[in-house]
Amino acid sequence: MGKNLAEKILQRHSPEILRGPGQIIPCRVSLVLANDITAPLSIDSFRKMGAKKVFDPGKIALVCDHFTPNKDIASAEQVKKVRLFAREMGITHYYEGGTSGVEHALLPELGLVGPGDIVVGADSHTCTYGGLGAFATGMGSTDIAAAMALGETWFKVPESIKVRITGELGPYITAKDLILNLIGRIKVDGALYKALEFSGPVLDRLDAEARMTMANMAIEAGAKAGLFPVDVITLDYCRTHGRNDLNTLQPDHDAAYCLLMDMDVSGMPPQVACPHLPDNVKAVDELKEIRVDQVVLGSCTNGRISDLRQAAQIIREHKVDKGVRFIVLPATPKIYAQALEEGLLEIFMRAGAIIGPPTCGPCLGGHMGILAGGEKCLATTNRNFKGRMGSLDSEVYLGSPYVAAATAVAGRIIHPERI
Amino acid sequence: MMQEQKTSMHFQGRAHKVGDHVDTDAIIPARYLVTTDPLELGRHCMSGLKQDWIKRINRGDILVGGKNFGCGSSREHAPIAILGAGISVVIAHSFARIFYRNGFNMGLVLLEVGDRVKAINSLDQLEVRALDGEIINHSTGETIRSLPVPEFMANILARGGLINYVREKVG
Repeated sequence: MGKNLAEKILQRHSPEILRGPGQIIPCRVSLVLANDITAPLSIDSFRKMGAKKVFDPGKIALVCDHFTPNKDIASAEQVKKVRLFAREMGITHYYEGGTSGVEHALLPELGLVGPGDIVVGADSHTCTYGGLGAFATGMGSTDIAAAMALGETWFKVPESIKVRITGELGPYITAKDLILNLIGRIKVDGALYKALEFSGPVLDRLDAEARMTMANMAIEAGAKAGLFPVDVITLDYCRTHGRNDLNTLQPDHDAAYCLLMDMDVSGMPPQVACPHLPDNVKAVDELKEIRVDQVVLGSCTNGRISDLRQAAQIIREHKVDKGVRFIVLPATPKIYAQALEEGLLEIFMRAGAIIGPPTCGPCLGGHMGILAGGEKCLATTNRNFKGRMGSLDSEVYLGSPYVAAATAVAGRIIHPERI
Repeated sequence: MMQEQKTSMHFQGRAHKVGDHVDTDAIIPARYLVTTDPLELGRHCMSGLKQDWIKRINRGDILVGGKNFGCGSSREHAPIAILGAGISVVIAHSFARIFYRNGFNMGLVLLEVGDRVKAINSLDQLEVRALDGEIINHSTGETIRSLPVPEFMANILARGGLINYVREKVG
């Protein structure tokens, strides 16, 4: 029996012969990640484990991005703790201030993650790197502390669901719409403990950034990983981001899957996940007169340059509705600079948007855009759990950058073609 | 609290039920993630579900969730907040993957029972024999078997969590 993508990558990093799903195997890791919220706990656990040094100071990334720029004294103390640890351990990839950005946008941009890697991160959206053909998954801080100390972790080999994507992408249909549609179909626990593996002709139409948007939300279906094959699109992206990966990676033809799904995207309208779960997905036109108080464009899901371009295309020569705060957060300093050069920031400014620094901020209700009771927000982020962005009585809707920009202009959730 | 579990793995307490897909933002909202102190986190346990949820909890009570308990973020603060609130055992229909692993690492006892979770009502008096995977509902007289814990994870729990497990390896 051949191997699917998850099995192929896991086997490469394990000394044990992989027999199939359910088996627990040790794996060497390529990169270990934590952020300003999760690293402090990892550091505590690391000390309690009696560890004195990390397994490889060049294979750990500590990215301060959640509550940064530090929102209060307590979060500043947490960042200080991470900074001192990074210094003590001689960690190469420590990011704070003007070098830092949203971790899952930053690490691919720096070429720190790529095809065939195993990446573990103390952040559930670590699965983003599956867009580049890495087996990447989120874990808790103590698992990450163990990986920092030992350079290895354990995995239960997951079953895989193969999603074959076919058809023609319509105008304004993005990776975000595809993944929301999929989550709406399989539900928030539809891929629990499993890997999602994407395939089909539409992949040729999805660039590396789009693939990362889709892999990013695999966790929203409960998945352990969301995996794309490695093809010329991946290798091109890696080459332009400082890596020299040469080999494609495809599943074997006789690989085993627990489920085969077909997804025909022809005629698919823009998708919106309604409160309070990412699987409560509707076509945008099904939503009638949902007025919003805030729109957020950014995050590890949709804060990349292609996302800013899409939103700018809609909002150009329009104004943000008077009742709306439109918050734009380019995910990394490099994306920010590029958006500046391309004139995108000027378009947003002239429209009346607020442009903020690279930060996870409002996505998790941290800062820089918190909702009051009764307020509604359309965000390009990944979660709309009750209270996620502020008050327990607020509501978050999830959509693409096109839908976000259209909503900012109209003041209510609408189809981008109506702007 | 980790020490108590390590020695006995036998618990008694009142059940407190919550629904399906209780996410980690509900268990501990992000605004409280500026500390790693279990007692401080425990004070805000489940405040993303209901503001004063914690007031109904007495030390030793047992949390009973529905499907996909602990979905969402990887924050280890979630199992820590539950432990900090004085809860040592969570029974659920099913658990989200990262939370499941975090729970064991922190020494929180997690028992997956599938549809049998319906045999527990809020405030039922439960007895949990974690090593045997047995839950006795003294309010109804029923006994519920939990799905077996993978041997590898049982080993971690038997050592009181992942920290002790790794400590032996780092040595």
